[in-house]
Amino acid sequence: MPDPNATPLLEVSDLSIEFESAERTVVAVDGVSFSMAAGSTLAVVGESGSGKSVTALSLGRLLPSPPARIRSGRVVFEGIDLLTLPEPALRHYRGGKIAYVFQEPSTSLNPVFSVGFQLSEAMALHRHDLADRRGAGLAALTEVGIRDPERCWRSYPHELSGGMQQRVMIAMALVCRPRLLVADEPTTALDVTIQAQILGLLREIRSRFGMAILLITHNFGLVKGFADHVVVMFRGKIVEQGPTDSLLASPRHPYTQALIACVPRLGDSKKRLATIDYARLDSLLTPS
Amino acid sequence: MSSLPAKSSGLWRQVISRPQGALALGLLAFLYLCALFAPFLAPYGPSDQDLQRTYHPPTALTWTREGLSVRLYKNSDPTQALYQPIPGKTAVVRWLPLGHPYRLFGLFPCRRHLFGVESKQKIYLLGSDSTGRDVFSRLLYGAQVSLSIGLIGISISLGVGLIAGGLAGYFGGWFDSLVMRTTELLMAIPGLYLLLALRGAFASQFSSGEVYLLIVIILSFLGWSGAARVIRGLALSLRAQTFVDAAIVTGLSPWRILWRHLLPNLASYLLVASALSIPGYILGEAALSFLGIGIQEPAASWGLMLAQAQEMKVFMCNFWWLLTPGAAVFLTVAAFNLLGDTLRDVIDPHFRTGNR
Amino acid sequence: MLLEVANLVVRYPLPGGLFFRSRRFVEPVKGVSFRIRAGRTVGLVGESGSGKTTIGKAVVRLIAPHSGEIRYRQERIDGLSGARLHPYRKRVQMIFQDPHNSLNPRLSIARILGEPLEIHFPALRAQERRSRAADLLRRVGLPSDSLDRFPHEFSGGQRQRIGIARALAVEPELIVCDEPVSALDVSIQAQIVNLLQDLQQELGLAYLFISHDLAVVEHMSDEVLVLNEGRIVEAAPPEELYRNPKNEYTRKLLAAVPSL
Repeated sequence: MPDPNATPLLEVSDLSIEFESAERTVVAVDGVSFSMAAGSTLAVVGESGSGKSVTALSLGRLLPSPPARIRSGRVVFEGIDLLTLPEPALRHYRGGKIAYVFQEPSTSLNPVFSVGFQLSEAMALHRHDLADRRGAGLAALTEVGIRDPERCWRSYPHELSGGMQQRVMIAMALVCRPRLLVADEPTTALDVTIQAQILGLLREIRSRFGMAILLITHNFGLVKGFADHVVVMFRGKIVEQGPTDSLLASPRHPYTQALIACVPRLGDSKKRLATIDYARLDSLLTPS
Repeated sequence: MSSLPAKSSGLWRQVISRPQGALALGLLAFLYLCALFAPFLAPYGPSDQDLQRTYHPPTALTWTREGLSVRLYKNSDPTQALYQPIPGKTAVVRWLPLGHPYRLFGLFPCRRHLFGVESKQKIYLLGSDSTGRDVFSRLLYGAQVSLSIGLIGISISLGVGLIAGGLAGYFGGWFDSLVMRTTELLMAIPGLYLLLALRGAFASQFSSGEVYLLIVIILSFLGWSGAARVIRGLALSLRAQTFVDAAIVTGLSPWRILWRHLLPNLASYLLVASALSIPGYILGEAALSFLGIGIQEPAASWGLMLAQAQEMKVFMCNFWWLLTPGAAVFLTVAAFNLLGDTLRDVIDPHFRTGNR
Repeated sequence: MLLEVANLVVRYPLPGGLFFRSRRFVEPVKGVSFRIRAGRTVGLVGESGSGKTTIGKAVVRLIAPHSGEIRYRQERIDGLSGARLHPYRKRVQMIFQDPHNSLNPRLSIARILGEPLEIHFPALRAQERRSRAADLLRRVGLPSDSLDRFPHEFSGGQRQRIGIARALAVEPELIVCDEPVSALDVSIQAQIVNLLQDLQQELGLAYLFISHDLAVVEHMSDEVLVLNEGRIVEAAPPEELYRNPKNEYTRKLLAAVPSL
């Protein structure tokens, strides 16, 4: 467990983000605050449209602006507010100290360049100290469990399966030795078996390299045994957060309860799955 | 794939709301209206000669007590075409006078023209050519040929391309191979030589209507292969969309799937492709006519008019007005390209959001 | 017995050869047999590349089997094509994985739902088709004023409901569900799974339910077929599969399901 007294690696406070269009302005993230210690794992759980991915993208200022606009808040990483940092200074963090792994590995890799080229490019940007980029890249591919790294280095993204592509994405994140890895739905596009492998891999590299992992997911099933802390988001707000075990054991907020209940479990076949009663949640959330 | 605005009216509204789109559409509307009303707008027929007034410069307009008038000119040396305005002598411009008879839209017999001057004098807004024909009138009549050839040509070539490419992409198999090998063959031959060879294969003593038809057919024959290849690619990718599978499982016949599911999704491409390839036909006709194997005298087309402007005398004596068909070609081509680019810009973001 | 599949083999020739088809081929389905009784659900679970989607496509005859038999109510349908498949198309429908491209973006919901009605109930007048389409929407839990809207105006879960309504339009007996919830959030997945179960109860539908997620398959099915590399490696009722998996591969799939 990380030392609770240490200064946090990442501290997000009162973050609000809105999307402006000609017709209307939508508040995607509304007063979100959480923090992460170095080497910890945090899971942000929520449905599509809950603002979880927007929050994750805003950490590296990856949101296109316009239409996105940060209305308020601070994102303090290693003591520096990333939201006010000038763009060139930010580049040092984005991809370097904060690495991303996205949902669709097939579209996150550039189809016209080989894996080796893309890995070298990532290192050229963020690891000037490395003399032997090829060696480091092959090592990273080995670290993510690719059996034949030489062949993988030469291959093009379309020659790899979805699980392998995601491993390459993780290797690309790893070569830069980030302090924080943001994994935005890293397994949603993959089979359940591959999903288990990728999550196992992420767990392993966290303990080996001591990097913090921010996992974005819609599936509470992935959280147990992976994250130390959980943040539950609903309609842009955090409805509940806390240590994973206690939150899973006794979720307080009705939304959290519903989101946990709707995960299908093995061994209770043909029972009706719990669903989320949005009307009831709305009446609970809007103060009358 | 694409998720276009559901109704095409929304698309055109978006095109007009952009300045370059409004400019292109406005310009094209103006040009096509001119072509449509050419006999009415033109003071003279396309082949009305006046051998007393060859290479006449554009007549200057002045304002007199009688109203808008044209200056009158005197040719000091008939061999040199040295026209001098006669001081103080003018002819008043008459509005809606009776002139030579014509049929408006080829249907309604009519003798009224927009403007003219008394029959002994001439109004040459853009000068006259080597046989004293009014360049302005010929430009209008030439627009009928040059502007329609693009529309008809693109309809034929896109129609053939749509059928060949669409079927090849949807059904695949031997038909696909046949179509693709044919297009490769056509594309392997340099266009200009094929054009010349095809034109040469036919006898030259055609009536102007037949020549017009021949040019359209030759140009379409060259043009369909490119369209067919792109459409085949699109049909292939649409074929892989699950909504086509869903339509098959529903029990739709292949023709109905092609008609109701593939064609509407190709519409955006066809629109952009048409706008961007019409200039090719206009330029193709101009090139053929310029080389003397296109539209024949005495009919008018912009390419033919430009061909006549290549005489040495024109350059020596600076008869610049004979180059106005070039400006017309330029304007038309630019307008179509502008329209095509705007259409693509309007459609493209929808492609992107449609993919999410 | 509603559907009987015996020794189903599906082959694709590999591309290659300038003029002639190459003699090399891939065989995603290598001799698969199973049966579906009316009103019951057979689950088909396996990883990407196991051939599960291919089996589903062969059953609805989107692809032709290389060999083997597919019988629907005792009748062979594996050799039929074109118009002779027409009566079968009214009995067997399909729901697709990706809700984003399984609906034609250029057609309104009314036309998407009206199309199967036009084909299989030619006697209906336009107004009747429309009211039936509205009924279908209500049945899958969507407001009937959605008729004049277009697919892009709906969320993933709503589009999947529209896909279900389209399958229901012809009043089928069997629906092949090809990964119908894999692209959806867990919360929406639960809604769709419940909807499919409700419809089964109401209409007596049979399902061939295809997924890579054993938890969902187990939840839906009366019998689970575990598919690996084109072959069924284990077939058992879900409770038995969960309590006493016999095959190594089944155990791997079970272990991969995240537990709460």
